[in-house]
Amino acid sequence: MGLDLSLLFASILAGAAPIVFASVGETVTEKAGVINLSLDGSILLGAMVAFVTAYRTGSLFAGFLAGAAAGGAVAALLGVFSVYLGQSQVAVGFVLTLTARDLAYFFGNPYSRLYGPQAGPSPIPGLQDIPFLGPFLFSQSVPVYLSLFAIGLAWWYLYRTPMGLGLRAVGENPRAAYARGFDPRKTQMLYTVLGGLLVGLAGATFALCTKPGWGRPQGAEGTGWIALAIVIFGGWHPVRAALGAYLFSFLQVVGIQLQGVFPSIPAQVFQVAPFPLMIFTLVLTNTAGRKTRDESPVSRSPLARFLGIFTGAPPASLGRPFHPE
Amino acid sequence: MSASRIRHTLTATVITAAAVLCLTVAILFAAGAAPLDALKHLFLGSLGSWIKFSHVLMAWIPLTLCACGLLFTFRIDLWNIGVEGQVVAGAVCATAVLRFGAGSTVPFVWIGAAFLAGLAGGALWAVLAGLLKTRGGVNEIFAGLGLNFVAQAVTLWLIFGPWRRPGIASMSGTQPFDSALWLPTLPGIRISPVGLILALGALGITGWMLSKTRLGLALKAIGRNRIAAYLHGLKPDRATLVAMGLAGGLAGAAGTFQVTGVYHRLIPAISSNYGYLALLVVMLAGYRVGPVPAIALFFACLNVGSIQLPMMLQIDSSLSGIIQGTLVLATLFIHGWRTRRPDASKGGM
Repeated sequence: MGLDLSLLFASILAGAAPIVFASVGETVTEKAGVINLSLDGSILLGAMVAFVTAYRTGSLFAGFLAGAAAGGAVAALLGVFSVYLGQSQVAVGFVLTLTARDLAYFFGNPYSRLYGPQAGPSPIPGLQDIPFLGPFLFSQSVPVYLSLFAIGLAWWYLYRTPMGLGLRAVGENPRAAYARGFDPRKTQMLYTVLGGLLVGLAGATFALCTKPGWGRPQGAEGTGWIALAIVIFGGWHPVRAALGAYLFSFLQVVGIQLQGVFPSIPAQVFQVAPFPLMIFTLVLTNTAGRKTRDESPVSRSPLARFLGIFTGAPPASLGRPFHPE
Repeated sequence: MSASRIRHTLTATVITAAAVLCLTVAILFAAGAAPLDALKHLFLGSLGSWIKFSHVLMAWIPLTLCACGLLFTFRIDLWNIGVEGQVVAGAVCATAVLRFGAGSTVPFVWIGAAFLAGLAGGALWAVLAGLLKTRGGVNEIFAGLGLNFVAQAVTLWLIFGPWRRPGIASMSGTQPFDSALWLPTLPGIRISPVGLILALGALGITGWMLSKTRLGLALKAIGRNRIAAYLHGLKPDRATLVAMGLAGGLAGAAGTFQVTGVYHRLIPAISSNYGYLALLVVMLAGYRVGPVPAIALFFACLNVGSIQLPMMLQIDSSLSGIIQGTLVLATLFIHGWRTRRPDASKGGM
């Protein structure tokens, strides 16, 4: 039983790795005041580019690099449109989601259902033999180790470095940050691209590790939206965002287990069910209360007020473009 | 003023079209396909014959219905991403009704009832998202997305569960309806006059409601400034639900059309992505009703024209989506460029 539980945790940890990358990346971007709504498409584009690169070069490293670059490129486009041209972040992000997805399907088509390189488990010598923790923590693949590292790094960067302070200042009050000598637009552009790199890495992790291969559908469809919801659940905090990713991965693992328990319910339902379940859990417990509070005095139900307790506040200038005078 | 505006719009259109064309050709080159061949197939595949054009019209109808609905939600500044699920909810409800209509002597009554059910189903799905926003404070994008996933899960459950085809449950959908329950088409060509009338009616009524009625004005006022509108005695929450209900109802009608007019059964991908595509149509139309029919027609041409690309040129049909997306991006770019430039040179207002 102890071993089983350890393996269960291991599969949750492994399944969550790409979602951790995506939601930590998006947290960083949103902390700087920019919403990158293109996640779902960016992840697919990152997955396709990563798989094709790894397949053609035979190098996993090149694959991961190229996947991250693809995510960064989509984010850079979003940055130019929304930060520098003042277009609605939601509108641009939505169009980019659809376009990036179609680009991925279009260019990935000749590479569908091929067997390519995969990042298999790389147990850490010595540590892997620790009972329980060994199979759970120390027998994972490199992207999974990296995803754990990314959580800590993002937290340290955001809350313990001067650069992180600048980042948060721009997201909260760009005008004040501007007066203190930061260029809000440059900062926002930088962290939009940085977050996009992580989102691309999420795609690469799907195609080269979690759900190896490319196809239409790849299997990563929909996770971008989940990652966006997780950022809200995480109250714009990287560690809590990661917890959300693990919760989602847990739901998916449970879904697979339940398929065996309820053979009368079609398997497809269990594959889709975690998505609505996740979004509603997250969004209900977290956006509630806050939105009505700062949007209008019109309605504040007791439920909204109660749920408001769990709310982490979004960066005050999230989604609003900054115009220097 | 007006003449210069027309000139501006014209230049913008020409620049956009040229930019998108160049990009498309570049993408086709990169994919190793012959660009001219691909464009030729896109054109001939959609406008090459009356049969092909009838397919375009059959795609235009649900796309236009969805776009009309989205005009209401955009007017009140809502991102109704849930439109996709609203189409599905409409399709499911319509299917539920039509399942009882087999062998009926008055099939048109059943088709009418299916449309009403589809309308109600779509509207209900949208109002649910609206309530989550007004009562729960949930952002409409995430409420809509969640409900999209729910609608998808319900459809899969029905197709593989209670409504599965006798013998085999498969992704090909439920058992097709009696042909008496299919939306009638013109003799010899697959164009549904009822569908056309519905779409044209929706365009007319939407245009009229948005520009000439009190509701249209209220939606606009609330969309511009929710709190000011509230202080002026308008009811933003109720208007939110009304706009969502209208959008959902029209999306539900589109879903019903997909079921009775196009597929004649419920399939997992019943929405054909028209909901998301309609969001692009309305964005490209500048959130106005006027350009919607033409843009929807162009998008429908791209969709239908791209169907044969995999067979003829071994390239993926998502090329149409790439063209549609870059078109909207190019338009946003020009719009952004236009509005930023004077600002930057004058140094603020």
